Amino acid sequence: MNPSASHQSSVGLAIRKRFLSSEPLRGYSLLSPTLLTMLFGLAMPLLVLFGLSFWLQDYVDFIKTFSLQNYSDFFAKPIYGAILMKSIRISGMVTLVTVLLAYPMAYFIAFRIKSNKLVWLILITVPFWTSYLLRVFAWKLMLGYNGVVNSGLKSLGLISEPLEFLLYNPTAVAITLAHAWAAFAILPIYVSLEKIDRSLLEAARDLGENAFMTFIRVTLPLSMPGVIAASLLVFIPTVGDYVTPSLVGGPSGIMIGNIIQSMFGKAFNWPLGAAISVVSMLTVTAIVCLFLWGTHRLRRAVA
Amino acid sequence: MSKRRPWWRADAFTIYAVIYLTFIYLPVLFLPLFSFNNSKYIAFPLKGFTLKWYEQMINSPDMLEALLNSVKVGITVAILSTILGLLAAKAVTRYRLPGRGPVMGFIMVPLVIPEIILAISLLILITQVDIPLSLWTVGFSHMLLCTPFAMLVLISRMEGFDKSLEEAALDLGESAWMTFWRVTFPIVLPGIVASLLLTFTISFDEFVLAFFLTSTDPTLPIYIWSSLRFPTKIPAVLALGATIFVLSFVVVSFSEWFRRRGVKLESSSGI
Repeated sequence: MNPSASHQSSVGLAIRKRFLSSEPLRGYSLLSPTLLTMLFGLAMPLLVLFGLSFWLQDYVDFIKTFSLQNYSDFFAKPIYGAILMKSIRISGMVTLVTVLLAYPMAYFIAFRIKSNKLVWLILITVPFWTSYLLRVFAWKLMLGYNGVVNSGLKSLGLISEPLEFLLYNPTAVAITLAHAWAAFAILPIYVSLEKIDRSLLEAARDLGENAFMTFIRVTLPLSMPGVIAASLLVFIPTVGDYVTPSLVGGPSGIMIGNIIQSMFGKAFNWPLGAAISVVSMLTVTAIVCLFLWGTHRLRRAVA
Repeated sequence: MSKRRPWWRADAFTIYAVIYLTFIYLPVLFLPLFSFNNSKYIAFPLKGFTLKWYEQMINSPDMLEALLNSVKVGITVAILSTILGLLAAKAVTRYRLPGRGPVMGFIMVPLVIPEIILAISLLILITQVDIPLSLWTVGFSHMLLCTPFAMLVLISRMEGFDKSLEEAALDLGESAWMTFWRVTFPIVLPGIVASLLLTFTISFDEFVLAFFLTSTDPTLPIYIWSSLRFPTKIPAVLALGATIFVLSFVVVSFSEWFRRRGVKLESSSGI
C-alpha cells in the first residue's frame, strides 16, 4: 500500500465531496462552457477593439504605440459627430413610431382576442420570415421611381410624373426600419400585457375608475417593462444598422454604421473605425442608461 | 372585464389591427408577385405571368451553393448554441449561483450591442491571431449571437416545470444521467425544438456578421446583397425568397400541428 496514493485519493474524495455539496461550484461548472465561449468570443474581441482604437493606421500596417489621435480626429471633424447624432435621431424616431404603432396591436391581441392568440402571433411574425435584405429591398420597390406608391398615384390620376422625394432620404430609412423591427416591438409588449392579472383591472373598474383612467393608472404602468424592452430591442440594433441606409438612404440618409463599415472597407483605417465604434457604443450606452433612469423615475411618479 | 362595451370601440381596434397587418404584409407581398413577372425589371406595370425565374433559380449553381452554405452554417449553429443555451439555462434555473445577475447580463450582451460592432471586433481579433476567415468564423460569430436567444427560450421552459419531478426520479433511484434523459429531456423537448428553430432562423438570415467574417464562401444573405447590385439577378433571388417562404410556412404549420397533437396526447393520457 502506498501511503501517498491513499492520501491522494482521500484528498480527491474530499474535493469530490466538497464539489458535490457546493451548489455554486456545480452550477458554475455547468455554466462554464457557455461562459468561456462568451469570454473568448465577446469580452476579448471588445477589449481588442478598445485597444486598437489607440493605435494608428500606416498603409497596411498598424503603428503600435499608444495615441489619442483617433479620438481627437473624431472630435475635430464635425462630420462624424453630426452623423452619430443623426443616427441617434433616426433610431429614436423609429423606436418611438414602432412602439406607438405596436402597442395598440399588442393590446388588441392580449385583451380582445379570446381564442387562437397563437394564430395571431404567428400572423404577425410571418412577414418577417422573408430575408431582412429582401424586406428592405421591398421598400425600394414601394417607394421607388416606378414603385408601388408612384404607380398607384399615377393610375389614380393624382400625379403626372413620379415623385422622386420618396426614396433615398432619412424618412425612407425610418419607414423601412419601423417596418423591419415591428415584430420585435409587438412581442415583448404583448407578453407584459398578457401577464397582467385581470382581476386588478376589474378592481380598478369596481372602485369607480373609468376605462381610460384604468388604462393610464393600471394597464400602462404594468406593461412598462414590455415597452422598455421593446424600445431597447429596436433602438440599439437600428443605431448601428448600415444595410438599410445604404439601400434606401441615399447620400442624405447615411448613418454611423456606414462610416464604421467604410473604415473597415474602402477608407481602410481600422484604428479610426475602432475609435468611432467605441464612441458610438459609449454614447448609445449613456442614452440607454438615461432612458432607463427616466422611465424608472416616471414609474415611481405615477405609482 | 365587462362584456358590455360600445360597438364603435371594439371596431376601432379591429380596424386598427387590419391596417397594421396591411402595413406589415403589403411590402413583403410584392416580392413573390415580381418573381412571376415576365420582365427582368422590378417595376410597374407588370408584364405577364412566367415561371422562367424559377427555372433560372434551379439553374444557378452560385445561388444554390450559397443556400447550401447557409443551411450548413445554420444547422451547426443551431445545435451548438442550443447546447450552450441548455447548459446555461440548467445552471441558472437549478442552482443557487452567486453573481447570477451579472453573469446572465454578460451572456445577454450580444442582444444589446449593434451587430456591426460585434462583427468588427471579431474581425480584428481573428486577423490579429492569424486565423483564416471562412464559414467557420461566420458560424462562430453566429453562435455568439444565437446563444442568448437559446438560453432565454430554454430558461422560460425550465422555469415552467416542477423541479420535484426530477427530485422524485433521483429519490426513486435513477442516476443523474437517466433522470435527465427520461424526465428532464422529454419535458424540455418543446423548448429545445423552439430553440433549434429560432437559432437556425437567426443564423440563416444573418448578414452583417457574415459580411465581415467570410472570405470567398458566400452565405445566402451575402449572395442576395451582391445580387441587389445586379438588377438582372434579382428576379431569380425573389423566386428563391418565395420558395423559402413557402417551405418555412409548411415547416411551421407542421410543427404547430405536431405540438397540438402532442398536447392532446398528453392530456388524454393524463386521464
